[in-house]
Amino acid sequence: MEFWYTEKHTNDVKFSIRVDKQLASIDSEFQRIDVFESPAFGTFLTLDGYMMLTEKDEFIYHEMIVHPAMAVHPNPENILVIGGGDGGALRELAKYPGVKTLDIVEIDKLVVDVCKKWLPQTACGFDDSRVRVFYQDGLKYVRSCIDKYDIIIVDSTDPFGPGEGLFTKEFYGNCFKALKEDGIMVNQHESPFYPKDAEAMQRAHKRITESFGICRVYQAHIPTYPSGHWLFGFASKKYHPVRDLKVRKWKALDLKTHYYNTNLHAGSFALPNYVEEILRNVESEE
Amino acid sequence: MKLDQNKTPLLDALQEFKKMRMVPFDVPGHKRGKGNPLLTDFLGEKCLTVDVNSMKSLDNLCHPISVIKDAEEMAANAFGAKSAFFMVNGTTSGVQAMIMSVCKHGEKIIVPRNVHKSVINALILCGAVPIYVNPKTNDELGISLGMTIDEVHDAILKNPDAKAVYVNNPTYFGVCSDLTSITVMAHKYNLKVLVDEAHGTHFYFGKNLPISAMAAGADMAAVSMHKSGGSLTQSSILLCGPDINPHHVRQIINLTQTTSASYLLMSSLDISRKNLALHGQEIFAKVSEYAEYAREEINQIGDYYAFSRELINGREIFDFDVTKLSINTLSLGLAGIEVYDLLRDEYDIQTEFGDVANMLAYISVGDRRSDIERLIGALSEIRRRFKKDKVALFKTEYINPEVVMTPRDAFYSDCVSLPLDDCSGRICTEFVMCYPPGIPILAPGEMITSQIIEYIRYCKDKGCSMTGPEDMEVERLNVLKEE
Repeated sequence: MEFWYTEKHTNDVKFSIRVDKQLASIDSEFQRIDVFESPAFGTFLTLDGYMMLTEKDEFIYHEMIVHPAMAVHPNPENILVIGGGDGGALRELAKYPGVKTLDIVEIDKLVVDVCKKWLPQTACGFDDSRVRVFYQDGLKYVRSCIDKYDIIIVDSTDPFGPGEGLFTKEFYGNCFKALKEDGIMVNQHESPFYPKDAEAMQRAHKRITESFGICRVYQAHIPTYPSGHWLFGFASKKYHPVRDLKVRKWKALDLKTHYYNTNLHAGSFALPNYVEEILRNVESEE
Repeated sequence: MKLDQNKTPLLDALQEFKKMRMVPFDVPGHKRGKGNPLLTDFLGEKCLTVDVNSMKSLDNLCHPISVIKDAEEMAANAFGAKSAFFMVNGTTSGVQAMIMSVCKHGEKIIVPRNVHKSVINALILCGAVPIYVNPKTNDELGISLGMTIDEVHDAILKNPDAKAVYVNNPTYFGVCSDLTSITVMAHKYNLKVLVDEAHGTHFYFGKNLPISAMAAGADMAAVSMHKSGGSLTQSSILLCGPDINPHHVRQIINLTQTTSASYLLMSSLDISRKNLALHGQEIFAKVSEYAEYAREEINQIGDYYAFSRELINGREIFDFDVTKLSINTLSLGLAGIEVYDLLRDEYDIQTEFGDVANMLAYISVGDRRSDIERLIGALSEIRRRFKKDKVALFKTEYINPEVVMTPRDAFYSDCVSLPLDDCSGRICTEFVMCYPPGIPILAPGEMITSQIIEYIRYCKDKGCSMTGPEDMEVERLNVLKEE
């Protein structure tokens, strides 16, 4: 018997992982949640059938969505994570002793419950005493926040399904308002490769540039995401993602990371020409 | 007697028809879509296979004797009406049928001035004479309200020969009149009561909503099933009470109705009626909850006023439809139409309409909580980014019309085209309105004043979509030729 998980990366491209067994399958109010165990990637979580994270490669995503902004901001104390119900981003943020509050807004409590049960590797992020969890719509949560956070991390699903609202102009604008005057927003920025993903990522970039003064995109290599080439957005009111990188200060923290380092930080903002072009096409002339 | 609302006579007949695999040597010529692959690809094969013509097994809307008749009876039963008609040319055709069924040439009908243009169009067709009741306006909000019982009584006393009273219930913004009292009084004077319920389909099925026309004892009501009822655009239902002869109404409908009624539209009515009858209560509880939630959140943003039942005063605001998310934008320093445009252009959110002081977001069963959050989030952003000082906005939308001649006489008179600014003091022979909502600023037969011209210019400046006149730019108006 062979048991395979398959995600269609496009109508004509499939990605499959052989599965040992299915650990959980739940329909929440918002989405279908599945957890599988696999020989190659360990335990992995899918939402509505889309790959969210695997035990083997989640470190890349979670380190890259957290550390670049944390290494740029001179004094990040109040952090907000939107989405990220697996706890992975929290786990990385909790490594910083200077962080005072660590708020997370996740719309689907069942995702958190499932991860706590089956994916303690990431859900351990919820154990930190600075973490405050709000189960509600992210857009609704930021709407009432003004001048409150140093860093907002938008760890969302794809722009269809429950994550849709987290790719809208009104959401980015509300995040801008919720950030302090030197705040930074980092977001899961989709992939530049397959046309549909590229379109979503271009649209997201356009909408972010309409709210933030400094908008850069950086990349990472994530084996289980469509095309493996994944992007993150760095939107900032004041700090430049590379020029304002505090290399010595970050190294002095002596944090254990498996993917991220400050050399890679600078390099990750260097993008392939075709990606530069997709982004440039929606940037307004200054 | 309650019929079993699980039944869908017309849908069943269409399903049965599909199974027969009849060879089509009749119209439509696309022959179940095979003759027009581009169209079939776009709309889907399922849709094209039931785009068929009237035939024995599918009945005929012009003369229903089997499945359409049964489906109409189911609808009448669901709405608590004596009889019901499926309409395939929108509620506009229902409005025309109501008026033409009870008024002949030269007969009077009492109507509020804030009627939809379809009402005055019906008057042009049949030659009836409008007796306008001026709806009160709320100057704070810039909206027109319902008719009070006193005003209707007054109009009846002054026009004892009038044949009918026409009531908008609810208005676009959700304002309801005291329909029951108006009906009781009108009947006392032997007037028929016609109700434009284009925005009130849900009154028949939801709980804790204003009273429906049939429940209030009105004689006829036109309900837009395609609005809150969920059927396809252009499909609608005309309802009649016990004192209306349905066979006469059918003859009136057939004066202007197509002889090739769309089965897509009609089946959507049959299916939606079943859905409303079975699930309407929970559907509209959810819609009300969405609207109430959005209202509460929007009112917390500041400067927006999403108004509701607190306006009820027992007179011109006798009741309020809480499913309508009407938002006044005056304190924001922006016109409703400006917020409407910003929502669309900046945030990809299309709302129902905006006028000078208000906008309306249509909430329905198809909405998702996350979309409601987007709307609220975008409104909050618009305030942060675009708020202006509260300036002197042109407040009152309602301008009292001076009716010089009947719409029909004016419409068919010789006219000349004049530049807008030269029209003061002349009689207009065409419509001028912002669309939506399609309520006339000027109707044929009305005196043009400098105040009206100023208002038209103001609406144009604010970006309202102006329709009606022959001149698409609304820089000229057709006026009555002077002797």
